[in-house]
Amino acid sequence: MKKLWLFLPFTLLSGCADNWGWYVVNPTTTSGYNNLWFLLSGLYYTVLLSFTAILISIVVGLLVALPGLSDNKFLRGFNRVYVEFVRAIPILVLILWVYYGLPQLASISIGVFWAGVIALALSDSAFEAEIFRAGIQSIDKGQYEASHSISLSYSDTMRFVILPQAIRRILPALGNQLVYMLKMSSLVSVIGMQELTRKANELVVTEYRPLEVYTILVLEYLVLILIVSAMVRWLERRMNADQRS
Amino acid sequence: MRLSVLKPQGKSGIFMSAEESQPTIRISQVSKYFGDFQALKNVSLDVKQGERVVICGPSGSGKSTLIRCINQLEKHEQGDISVDGIALDGSRSALNAIRQRVGMVFQQFNLFPHLSVLDNLTLGPMRARSMSRLDAEKLAMQYLERVRIPEQTDKFPRQLSGGQQQRVAIARSLCMEPKIMLFDEPTSALDPEMINEVLDVMAELASSGMTMIVVTHEMGFARRVADSMVFMDHGEIVESAPPEKFFENPDSERCQDFLEKILQH
Repeated sequence: MKKLWLFLPFTLLSGCADNWGWYVVNPTTTSGYNNLWFLLSGLYYTVLLSFTAILISIVVGLLVALPGLSDNKFLRGFNRVYVEFVRAIPILVLILWVYYGLPQLASISIGVFWAGVIALALSDSAFEAEIFRAGIQSIDKGQYEASHSISLSYSDTMRFVILPQAIRRILPALGNQLVYMLKMSSLVSVIGMQELTRKANELVVTEYRPLEVYTILVLEYLVLILIVSAMVRWLERRMNADQRS
Repeated sequence: MRLSVLKPQGKSGIFMSAEESQPTIRISQVSKYFGDFQALKNVSLDVKQGERVVICGPSGSGKSTLIRCINQLEKHEQGDISVDGIALDGSRSALNAIRQRVGMVFQQFNLFPHLSVLDNLTLGPMRARSMSRLDAEKLAMQYLERVRIPEQTDKFPRQLSGGQQQRVAIARSLCMEPKIMLFDEPTSALDPEMINEVLDVMAELASSGMTMIVVTHEMGFARRVADSMVFMDHGEIVESAPPEKFFENPDSERCQDFLEKILQH
């Protein structure tokens, strides 16, 4: 059903000009059907790569954000240096560096998938750190004082009082980062990761139909991100349910 | 589990003979600065077991700062503070031991908005006193009954009125079974019709023998409950006297002026 719905705009577009060649992805022909599946099969790695990277970057981001809130100026300094340094590296450059450079530096071999995950997670972690820092700083200091007054430890205060409130507030921003990550995962195609963009590139090379193939690619990302956005909004509503009176 | 803190321990306080009781809170020569501004100037105050001290004074006089130094929500620069024989020496363990013994109620309640009333109360006992959930919930229910809102356990703070929230906050502190309770203007953020329900709970707590330091402008409450009145101005204790003398015949002019202003109506 969803597939049919997807093709509605194509049929409309195909009427507009002679230079569209939708036969390359026409599911009623064998080759078109195969091509379409070939394109969609990239979804697996795009999703797996993005979600693995965002999970890692959230954990790393939080670990970088917490020293940034410390009274100790060396810990705060570490936070600043990390954020400023990592934020300054373009993602594509980081992907190339991790995949081609890091194995030489550390004499290890890294697969395409993990090179992509590391580069994306590292790059995103600087932004996550800033989001967490802002979220935690937005919590009223009375919450810390109440926690101190019932003698909660620092980690319990964070875990049970501050972070649960901060995460509710930064959920929209985290959702944004997830969408951003899904899009930036297309860059990992340059080192040969078989995700959506790479698949599309390969098909273009064999079929010489960039317009149709890349249009499909655009729609693949669009649908994927609409679904993820809906999931994030659902999560927001669920987590804020107890905040309504 | 029996709650020893709640048992009446008789009227003690400044009228007790000296050998009967060592001060449970000892504040000596404490100074505190906010940048260049000196919020506390060599303040000394002793509070005995079971004593009820009410601190009043104009805003900015340092009364909140003083009680916040006792559990180190504010760190003082000079002077010594000890609670229950434990001196604040900058160590984590002394600070924790003192915070275990000292409960605090805030002007803005500071309940945890994302937790239900029951979870607000059980968090401290479960995490800081290693109680099981079952025991913590039993304890919480006892104190919710004591502050007269046992039926609100599953609500969230914002679903309660201000007076109810403040009573939950008092119950949350009591769940730590403290020896001393500090109240930092507990009724200042409340609508007038809700002030009494909070003061009643506090008076009841006082009559059970709890050691209390209360920063408040509720002079009727002070007259009824206090063993000792303290007047602060410009970071100093200007007057310290039993309530009869304090209200009828204070020594200092500043204190007389202040009382005239707030007792006018």
